[in-house]
Amino acid sequence: MKKFLQKIPEQVKRLSILLVVVVVVFIVAQSLLTPKDFGLIGHFRATSVQNNADKKMQYAGQEACSDCHEDMWKIKNAGYHKNLSCEVCHGPSLNHVNEPDQFKPEKPMGRNFCPVCHEYNPSRPTGFPQIVSASHNPRKFCISCHNPHNPTPPQTPKDCSACHAEISNAKSVSSHMEIPCTKCHETSEKHRLSPREFLPTKPTQREFCGQCHSKDAKSDISIPRINMETHEPRYVCWQCHYPHLPEAQ
Amino acid sequence: MDKNVNQTDKWESSEGVHSDIPSGKVERRNFLKKLAILALAPIAFGFLGSTDKFKTIKKWMLENGYVPSNHKWGMGIDINKCIGCGRCAVACKNENNVPKEPFFFRTWVERYRIYEDGDIQVDSPNGSIDGFENSRTNKKMLRSFFVPKICNHCENPPCVQVCPVGATFKGEDGVVLVDSDYCVGCRYCIQACPYGARFLHPVTHTAEKCTFCYHRIVQDKLPACVEVCPTQARVFGELNKKASPLVRFLRMNKIGILKPSLNTEPKVYYANLDMEVK
Repeated sequence: MKKFLQKIPEQVKRLSILLVVVVVVFIVAQSLLTPKDFGLIGHFRATSVQNNADKKMQYAGQEACSDCHEDMWKIKNAGYHKNLSCEVCHGPSLNHVNEPDQFKPEKPMGRNFCPVCHEYNPSRPTGFPQIVSASHNPRKFCISCHNPHNPTPPQTPKDCSACHAEISNAKSVSSHMEIPCTKCHETSEKHRLSPREFLPTKPTQREFCGQCHSKDAKSDISIPRINMETHEPRYVCWQCHYPHLPEAQ
Repeated sequence: MDKNVNQTDKWESSEGVHSDIPSGKVERRNFLKKLAILALAPIAFGFLGSTDKFKTIKKWMLENGYVPSNHKWGMGIDINKCIGCGRCAVACKNENNVPKEPFFFRTWVERYRIYEDGDIQVDSPNGSIDGFENSRTNKKMLRSFFVPKICNHCENPPCVQVCPVGATFKGEDGVVLVDSDYCVGCRYCIQACPYGARFLHPVTHTAEKCTFCYHRIVQDKLPACVEVCPTQARVFGELNKKASPLVRFLRMNKIGILKPSLNTEPKVYYANLDMEVK
């Protein structure tokens, strides 16, 4: 054994001592620097899960509002804004829930708040009620005509364009601009108040367009005609022609 | 060899380091012994301490009534329902004390405009908080829609993989969190995130991201963005409980995820996702 030790060259011995020292220093340093809870449930500090869960809330959630404001809650839940949480308009209100007298939630009154959602924007989904605020009673506050908790319009919208602005814009520059929407879409009066429950109809057969556009239709002479038997009989018209803007390619 | 040792001893004593200790050999043995004890003691103590800590964490889970391993959270976003009002981004900033300046967002909404000539414009002015202006161009629009974006809470999160100190991690409930006390602010995770969902907090200089409002979900409340979404475009819930609204959402819609080719396996699911959305 002694002979074996003596056989090891001096520099190897010294280097191995250095290696041991480095390893020991590393282990000491690591054990001192690594937090005690590191790696208990994964490669992270276990208490940081708690730190993340301990943050302060700002939004109370709409159930909290209903405890005190049950009347408003009921009105809101019967109208179009039933899916809206109170804090969408009134802002974060957990402080108000905890100390109702000291903190009051926001009440947006001006004309610039409602258009955040209801200003016309072509990217918004069709059917979402939109207005052009520049031309929609420009000097009135929204809340002078619409109760925000039950925003059914004071007069039911006269034309379809009140909600279907996108379609009506396209139709207004097309050769179909003179045709009223109701000629193709049978719309019950109830659609104006409950749009999603009472949906308007849509034409289902190509003969519907044929009423004006077939070769032997009794319509104005300037209307373009086709032969219904030979003009792509396997397709319905709106697969190729967009009815609201038939000029579009 | 003896010669060598003596030489080093002489050299050391000449420096006056160990001048009061007579024999260098004994000193070295003692020194190494002490070193070994020093090295092992903290490890042993650390181990004892950590098991103690582990018990308290387990206790916390039960006290709070929330056990992370019993949950798996995800989010559904219906693009057809998003109206781009930006209330989610506002609520997120309020709830999580995100700096109010633009460029710091945990969630934001992008507008996609695809023109007939194949041109695609994507914008998100101030993360959608100030609304989207209707620009007037002569180009004809083919289709246009809003896409809310958020941390995808990937099953294989690239940000967690690259963190050099283990300051970001995927919890047992699948939520990717940041340990802001432990983060060194190296920004590697910000670079690694393929969805651009992270930013460096300008005051604390630590990485920040969406936590699915972790402080809310452990108390059975919805994340702030889901709470305020006026059109229910966002759905939040459990992924492996059949009765959850999210599972219903996944059952009723055609679902897409962002950048599926990266195999990050996001837990944010989009209904009616357009192929141009990146």
